[in-house]
Amino acid sequence: MDIIVLLKQVPATESIIQIAGDGRSVRTDDVNWVINPYDEFAVEEALRIREKQGGTVTIVSAGTPKASESIRTALAMGADRGVLVTDPGVYSCDGLGTAKILSTAIKTISFDLVIAGQRAVDDENFLVGAAVAEFLDIPFVSLVTKQEIADGKIQCHRSIEGGTSVIEAPLPVLFTTQRGLNEPRYASLPGVMKAKKKPIDTKTLADLGINDPAVLKPLSRVIAMRPPEKRKAGKLIDGPTPGAKAAELVRLLHEEAKII
Amino acid sequence: MSQNILVVAEYVDGFFRKVSFEAVSMARQMADLLGGKLVVLVLGESVEDSAKYMAKYGADRIIVAEHVILKDYLTETYTSVADEVVRKESPAFVLLGATTQGKDLAASLSARLYAPLATDCVDIRFENERFTATRPVYGGKVLSDVIFEGSPGIITVRPNAFAAKTITCPGLLEKYPVRFENLRTACLKRQMDEGGRVELTEAEVVVSGGRGMGGKDFSVIENLASLLNGAVGASRSAVDEGWRPVSDQVGQTGKIVSPNLYIACGISGAIQHFAGMQTSKVIVAINKDSEAPIFSRADYGIVGNLFEILPLVTEEVRKLKNA
Repeated sequence: MDIIVLLKQVPATESIIQIAGDGRSVRTDDVNWVINPYDEFAVEEALRIREKQGGTVTIVSAGTPKASESIRTALAMGADRGVLVTDPGVYSCDGLGTAKILSTAIKTISFDLVIAGQRAVDDENFLVGAAVAEFLDIPFVSLVTKQEIADGKIQCHRSIEGGTSVIEAPLPVLFTTQRGLNEPRYASLPGVMKAKKKPIDTKTLADLGINDPAVLKPLSRVIAMRPPEKRKAGKLIDGPTPGAKAAELVRLLHEEAKII
Repeated sequence: MSQNILVVAEYVDGFFRKVSFEAVSMARQMADLLGGKLVVLVLGESVEDSAKYMAKYGADRIIVAEHVILKDYLTETYTSVADEVVRKESPAFVLLGATTQGKDLAASLSARLYAPLATDCVDIRFENERFTATRPVYGGKVLSDVIFEGSPGIITVRPNAFAAKTITCPGLLEKYPVRFENLRTACLKRQMDEGGRVELTEAEVVVSGGRGMGGKDFSVIENLASLLNGAVGASRSAVDEGWRPVSDQVGQTGKIVSPNLYIACGISGAIQHFAGMQTSKVIVAINKDSEAPIFSRADYGIVGNLFEILPLVTEEVRKLKNA
């Protein structure tokens, strides 16, 4: 089973995010960069499948040269090799452009399965996995909490509102991860040592045969970013007894906020 | 490209999702601004009778695509039908609810049409002769304004972010013939959790518990949630402890909720939790620790033991309801 994992390097979820001077991007200088949490589930699931069935796990990413650090972390978890597409043309893409780059890179590798995060926790697009599947013309299943592979087919439990649906498809397939799929392992010290010797292929867009930047022109364009209105601390409800506090809260919700 | 707006409504087990009405209402306004028509596409096994209902929310035309295979959502079948209908109708924008289905379909459709996508939008405005959509990014720490170059612009709207309004329009019904050949994927089954639960992302009231719950017993939370016809949520710590299922988690790596009322019980208020509920209209915090960060962002706070306070709050709400 040859497995490809799509990986994106993102700011850690505890990061304070500030808007950059241009007003349409965020400042990245003091951010702590990590593997997108949903992609960590993808790496872990790929390793578990390889442990059962044999094969290889290849990490594919598009990003800045710094993204190689996150690929290296995935290699330390146990993945075999990495491919990083890094090029100034990568940075200004929208999700469709990124998917075009990733699918072009994947076409040069043989694979049975592609696993991706359901979304990146920076741009929250929910797009790249679906679009890569579309450009590779393979079945797509999102939000997977459990999967089983047998006889060239995969069965995926997909989380939906209030339940689960079970989707079956013949390999190759691209599925995306949902929390609950697994608990990602930490990289062990021997893992970190081994990862230093594992290969990461760095490619430019020209290496992939993408020579015309116009094909990556973003169609959904961010024109402004701003912080949401800050919520202010409201009323701290005081009272002589817990019962008085409870009564006052319900009165305020009814009379002042008018929501119950 | 026409000036029409097309909404793909979501019909599950005999009901439209609430967010579909919200999307149709927003789309009605967009169609009026552009001087176009509002077309609603409904897919399912047998949806004609219910589909007519969309006229009450402003549909000029209703396209019904019926097939036994469309009973359950599959990316493959729904994308194929939606893609054909969009190519034929050539709308300026396509709107869907930002549900697990809507986000999945919008993404596949965006790739198949190579058309711009803005998912999980909380606002759509007409400025400088074009539509701008606003969507939270970085777990809601930033709001991003997006414009669309190329058409159709595909937009998914977050549940509870737009108001559903009734307005009667012609709602002329048309059937779209559907045939499927050589499908690669199949939905083997769909299992729903025990009945009667209000979906977290669509609930108007969410009562959530965190580390302060101290264990699996969420009955004080469940009682209040059920009295308010709301849903139960949980912080990541409560889920990590195994007290609640992953599907209850509210936060940056869980569900994003936007109810009228969010009651956080025994939740300290980590930035990642806040990311999942900050667009709630009113936030109430109940916590033992008066220093908990949640109080700095709650509209109403009570410092106290939640096991003591919550049953009293439930009792007060019951009194109010019976009054």
